[in-house]
Amino acid sequence: MLQIKNLSFSVEEGNRSVEILKNINLVLEKNKLYVITGPNGGGKSSLAKAIMGIIQPTQGSIHLKGEDITSLGITDRAKRKMGYAFQQPPRFKGFKIKDLLKLAYGEEKNEDEICDLLLEVGLCAQDYINRDVDASLSGGELKRIEIATVLARNLTLAIFDEPEAGIDLWSFQKLVETFKMMHADKETTIIIISHQEKILSLADEVIIIAEGTVKEQAKRDDIMSRIVKDLECGCNKTCDIGGSAHVEPIG
Amino acid sequence: MLNQLDKRLLEMVADLHEVPQGAYNIRKNGSGIGRNTTGNINIVSKADKSGIDIIVKPGTINESVHIPVILSTAGLQDMVYNSFDIGEGSDVVIVAGCGIHNGGDENSQHDGVHDFIVRKGGKMRYVEKHYGEGDGKGKKILNPKTIITVEQDGVAEIDLVQIKGVDQTRRDTEVYLHDNARLIVTERLLTYANQEAESKITVELLGKESTAQIISRSVAQDQSKQIFYLNMLGKNQCRGHIQCDSIIMDQAVVRAVPEISAYHTDAQLIHEAAIGKIASEQILKLMSLGLTEEEAEEKILEGFLK
Repeated sequence: MLQIKNLSFSVEEGNRSVEILKNINLVLEKNKLYVITGPNGGGKSSLAKAIMGIIQPTQGSIHLKGEDITSLGITDRAKRKMGYAFQQPPRFKGFKIKDLLKLAYGEEKNEDEICDLLLEVGLCAQDYINRDVDASLSGGELKRIEIATVLARNLTLAIFDEPEAGIDLWSFQKLVETFKMMHADKETTIIIISHQEKILSLADEVIIIAEGTVKEQAKRDDIMSRIVKDLECGCNKTCDIGGSAHVEPIG
Repeated sequence: MLNQLDKRLLEMVADLHEVPQGAYNIRKNGSGIGRNTTGNINIVSKADKSGIDIIVKPGTINESVHIPVILSTAGLQDMVYNSFDIGEGSDVVIVAGCGIHNGGDENSQHDGVHDFIVRKGGKMRYVEKHYGEGDGKGKKILNPKTIITVEQDGVAEIDLVQIKGVDQTRRDTEVYLHDNARLIVTERLLTYANQEAESKITVELLGKESTAQIISRSVAQDQSKQIFYLNMLGKNQCRGHIQCDSIIMDQAVVRAVPEISAYHTDAQLIHEAAIGKIASEQILKLMSLGLTEEEAEEKILEGFLK
């Protein structure tokens, strides 16, 4: 479904080049749910952005259903049913929530359908539908609307960058249920960047990214049991996973 | 009486497709070409100068007055004085606005002075749209002066819109609010090419518990220039909030000159002003929904000015 070959991404800092992603190779299968985890600054979000076309890799290629999409921009990838929920979604002055969600749907939707979508992300729809996507929304509310824009799109590949960040416990539980349902539909390949145990537990496979490289890609149970074992070893701040990789505690 | 050009201008400034229902006065090229009054709303020509008096009887509810102005003769300089008396306890909508078609090389200009009194407990929504078109070299110029007094418990909602085609404008708005009077001003402005726009709004909160909110949103494109002077004076126990946001693009210039002045210890006044380009994150987000960069920019501007 999605194949990433020898992908690297560098940025210029002063006179030197800093490698953010180093020779990433991944194969993601159709309709599976993948959780990418790993330490902060390890390259998880950069990888997700490269997949969506938000940043252009300096080397390597990305293939969707056999098509090389490396040179395609965000719009063309979006038209190929790829979607991305930003870790820090932008606010839009003058944009009503319903207008943003209608854009996400790409077709006319009535208010009941939009309300149903908002309920999926734990928002009491009638209170929100006519509100502006501006500073009057809390970070958590904005994040849930961001997730709703991706859920609206009936995607082939959906990417969520730390969807749990800033979301309260009740809504987080609702969100976990939403991901479960989305995965149960078996129509979308899902990539979630997360550190949360409940989200890790949804994964078919977990990918550990650290220091710009893939440290491990394995079935959830294999990796989870190792994480638990490492936590039990007493090093509760960081634990060795997959060789030199470090992840923050989960759960 | 109304040709296709007139009808298009009327549609742009007053959302009218035909002669409106209710009270109206249509002014074309410096002369009145149509008028209707109702049992509650009277319109009378001024005896001493060009313009009309609009008198709304006390208790008039859910009625509207349309007073659009259209200029289609190139090089015309039009000046009008209109006075509005909104009776006690009434609730009306007034749709003004001016559309200019200038197909010549001389400037076409409409200057208007509107003064309002919203009587005790009255409510007025005033919509003023400006629009210009025509491929002549002459400028389309509009300079409105608006003076509004809102008596005790009165409400004035003002919608000022200039989205297209006006080359030069100088807008001057003064509002005086008495006890428990309320003002909401929404200003939306788009300039492009070499257009220039100046907007000056001064609000005096004279009465106890008077409140005012001004939301000004503008987009400046190309080499256009905008300047905003927003001034709020709190002279009693009152609350006032100015929010002035501008999106700047290309080689445009935007200046915002805020001023809030308190003359009473219980005056609460806030001014927020921001000028900036469209955030790249906003464009990326909409592109991730399948819009092109141009479509994303257009949607962002459309929402911002809606």
